[in-house]
Amino acid sequence: MIGAEFIINTISLGSLYALVSLGLVFVYGILKLVNFAYGEYVMVAGYALYVLTAFTPVPWYLTMTLAVGFAALISYVTELVAFRPVRTKSLTAMLVTSFAVSVFLQNAALLLVSPRARAVRLPSWFNRTITVFDATVPLRNILIIVTAAVLLVGLTLLMKYTVLGIAMRAAADKFTTTRLMGVPANLVISAAFIISGTLAGVVSIFWVGRSAAVDPVIGMAPLLIAFIATVIGGMHSLTGAVVGGFVYGLLFNTLSIMLPASVISYRDAIMFVIVIVFLLFRPEGIVRGSYTEERVG
Amino acid sequence: MSTGMRKVSDVLKHRSTLVLLSVPILLGAVGVHFFASSLVVSLYTYFCVNLILVLALQMFMGNSGILNLTHVGWVGIGAYVSSILSVPPAVKSMGVPNMYPALVELSLPIVPAIFIGGVVAAAIAAIIAWPLMRLSNAVGVITLFATLIVMHVVMTQWDNVTNGPRTFFGVPFFTTLWIALAGALVTLAAAHYFRESSLGLRLRASRDDRFAAYAMGVNVVQTRYFTFVLSAFVAGIGGGLWAHYITSFSPKAFYIVEIFMLLTMLVIGGAGSVSGAVAGTAIVTVLREVLRQVENTLSLSDMFNRDVYGLTELSMAVLMVIILIWRPGGVVGGREVAWPLLRARRRASEVASADVASDE
Repeated sequence: MIGAEFIINTISLGSLYALVSLGLVFVYGILKLVNFAYGEYVMVAGYALYVLTAFTPVPWYLTMTLAVGFAALISYVTELVAFRPVRTKSLTAMLVTSFAVSVFLQNAALLLVSPRARAVRLPSWFNRTITVFDATVPLRNILIIVTAAVLLVGLTLLMKYTVLGIAMRAAADKFTTTRLMGVPANLVISAAFIISGTLAGVVSIFWVGRSAAVDPVIGMAPLLIAFIATVIGGMHSLTGAVVGGFVYGLLFNTLSIMLPASVISYRDAIMFVIVIVFLLFRPEGIVRGSYTEERVG
Repeated sequence: MSTGMRKVSDVLKHRSTLVLLSVPILLGAVGVHFFASSLVVSLYTYFCVNLILVLALQMFMGNSGILNLTHVGWVGIGAYVSSILSVPPAVKSMGVPNMYPALVELSLPIVPAIFIGGVVAAAIAAIIAWPLMRLSNAVGVITLFATLIVMHVVMTQWDNVTNGPRTFFGVPFFTTLWIALAGALVTLAAAHYFRESSLGLRLRASRDDRFAAYAMGVNVVQTRYFTFVLSAFVAGIGGGLWAHYITSFSPKAFYIVEIFMLLTMLVIGGAGSVSGAVAGTAIVTVLREVLRQVENTLSLSDMFNRDVYGLTELSMAVLMVIILIWRPGGVVGGREVAWPLLRARRRASEVASADVASDE
């Protein structure tokens, strides 16, 4: 039966995808950079989880906090070392840089850990199934909904009522004008990268929690999801990213149920054809943001 | 200087670029053929094949300023089409058990097979590229990336044609040192003349300032479109030559790792010019080989007690970011080498800034 179980799973998948795409859009909105290395922040958090659970007696809540912090740190470091120096160069230079950062982080994991997947043991209650509204779902599916709700409310408050949030929104709109108002560009961009990394870290806990393993190319799937979701929802607004995440979650679950088995292996291709069609006919996405091509100089 | 004289010196300058680039490649091949081990001959052949692919990438990406991630997909189409046509039916029915019977029966000599591979790549590009060429910036990049993924999924899943994710083997060896060299030199001349042609000039104008180019009457979408199809054609031919050099391959060869390798070659040398593509391919080919030796030595030594993977890619990524930070125009700096080397160098700074910082 499709009922409650389908609805809860779709909402939880949508929440996860909303967080994934939100992390990408935070950087895109301000820097106009499609960050190919975004998936790798999820990967490094996954490896942090692996190292902390396998080699240290750190309790689970500290493990998770440290993993999220590590993703945020790596995100910040990549901004500092790679993206900041090429910021004034061409858009293609930035994109190639993000591609290179992604390859760098993947191969660092290959080199430092192993090309093979590593098992990550999260606490057992994380994967226990519970019954709500007659539906049997894993506890983590409920947790992701709660986490996403808390994070979305928190980020909304941050963006609406703090100076940093207002500066970031202004910067996403008109960066030069924002700088003329006395907002330091580096601060806003660094903040965007740190938030992006934090979201990737949170995503990683649930992503790795689902597969219970981490490998060097684990970041590819979240990156693609973020691409699809942001394109569908709208790349120029944070709301759009969230909407896109939920729409994609719904689309994904529906396609999984409806497509015949012989076509299911083409699901990714179908998703990306949808993306291309979206870009061609409604490049601004479902939620139309204030469109600007301006980049930071 | 009078106009007539300027014309003469211009012609000399353009010719000299081609001579300065192709003579060393030719001499290198001759030297390798007579004096080097078979390992080096094989490496040089691979260099020439890669040069074709990088030059094809330069044609579109270098002149349009659009990061073309689909490039390796056209290489793949060329490789698969030429291999399906040239592999004898008996080998195909064994190697690709699920292949459509009509495809199994096809059998052509290798040269037309490779040519048809290029034509098919160009034809598919011609069908899908028009709407893609309308998009610029981030949206354009995501679309091209999505297109690459669609191509990859089709290559991995359509096992009636490509043998799915499994290896397609039994491709006859054809691309010797001399054939690869000939291919590389022809592509070099083509890429060079394209860059200097009216179409190439319009495309470069659209790269440097899209709106100014529009205002001057350049049909940006059309210009990009023709170049994209042309680039796909060359990439398809290059893919065919590659397939008949490597003789067995799987769809993995036409995805992220490979496009990254081609990008490092182009970006490290300098995307803005044909000289950059040549220099980058040479530098990266040598560096990769050295790094691979280091990897092997480390793997065999007792230092780590396990195989060392990823060092090559990691170093390439670092090198690429360093180049982008300190010399965004690449080693060559976006200009072409030309005969009075000193004069070319003096003009370097102006050209480099205009020609490479490709942005709107």
